[in-house]
Amino acid sequence: MKDQIILRIMTTVMMPFILVFGFYVITHGELGPGGGFQGGVVIAAAFILYGLVYGTKELQWIFPRRVSDTLASCGVLLYAGAGVLSLLLGSHFLDYTPFKAWDPGGAESWGMTLVEYGVGITVAAVMLTIFNEISGLTLGQPKQPKQPRSEV
Amino acid sequence: MTDMFNMFNFIEGLNALLLILILITASAVLLLRNLFAATILLSLYSLLMALVWLNLEAVDVAFTEAAVGAGISTLLLIGTLLLVGFEEQPHPAVHWPALLVAIVTAVALGYGTLDMPALGDPQAPAHLSLAPEYIAQTVRKQAPTSHQVADEADGHADASGDVSRDAPHNYFHGHVPNLVTSVIVSYRAYDTLFEVAVIFTAGMSLILLLRQPEEPNE
Repeated sequence: MKDQIILRIMTTVMMPFILVFGFYVITHGELGPGGGFQGGVVIAAAFILYGLVYGTKELQWIFPRRVSDTLASCGVLLYAGAGVLSLLLGSHFLDYTPFKAWDPGGAESWGMTLVEYGVGITVAAVMLTIFNEISGLTLGQPKQPKQPRSEV
Repeated sequence: MTDMFNMFNFIEGLNALLLILILITASAVLLLRNLFAATILLSLYSLLMALVWLNLEAVDVAFTEAAVGAGISTLLLIGTLLLVGFEEQPHPAVHWPALLVAIVTAVALGYGTLDMPALGDPQAPAHLSLAPEYIAQTVRKQAPTSHQVADEADGHADASGDVSRDAPHNYFHGHVPNLVTSVIVSYRAYDTLFEVAVIFTAGMSLILLLRQPEEPNE
């Protein structure tokens, strides 16, 4: 699809909007519909669209696989880290109220946003990984699938 | 015109129409040989399903259905089609034992739904056990702190002194307006933590199974 000029231009034009919408959905998870999972999927969809139109090589140039692997781990770490932080601040695991002890409702919002970003980052990175690995099967090795590594 | 609206509930009529469309789409997906057309119809199926959820006022579920069902799974299926080709292999027309099993299962499931409470029944068990506590947001509700009480006595609704803004924490001394998010990442935060761990594990397993080594010329 690299020669389709309309697709290429529209992808570049749409991508910032899709990304901003994805981050909006994650950030406003505690106020409106949506949350980390949906927002993460929207963000991943933006990059997958880019990969479908420009090819996996281009996608892996702007979003290397090493980065998506790291981000997948960082999301879980952020979620669990929020829990450990609340433990260290002297409350229960994943009880967000000590983040702003003078304002429990606001603390709850902060904790939820933090945790939603953890969910969103992991989901986006894993979805991107799925696309990368599936499409890498054709584009990396054009004709026959790679020989299985034997006797390792 | 109003008589017609009184005769049947407009939302339920719309739902019936959408469900019929869903049935048609699903049958078309089963019958089509062209996998690309079937993928696009599956995306349409998810969009219609999202509309049904929206009609049932389950906005979060509708959002998920639209983002996951219509969005990312269509993209991933198209990526898979690039691998396996766009035409389905011919296969025997009907597999009778499989059809029999499917029909028996469908009848059993349909019989099971007869025991379910009616749609929107306020006396349904699901609405009676924990849901009132979730809706009232009284689980682990925090008492207002001393200077909030002092502020309210001074006539300030908000601890920051901003009385014009309807800040959620004026009313929820513990939780946030979106009930669904509140349940997912606060009441049941452990649940969601391990869901994220499951997604992470799935991604890592995929890397272990499928990742090709980097090209040496890079």
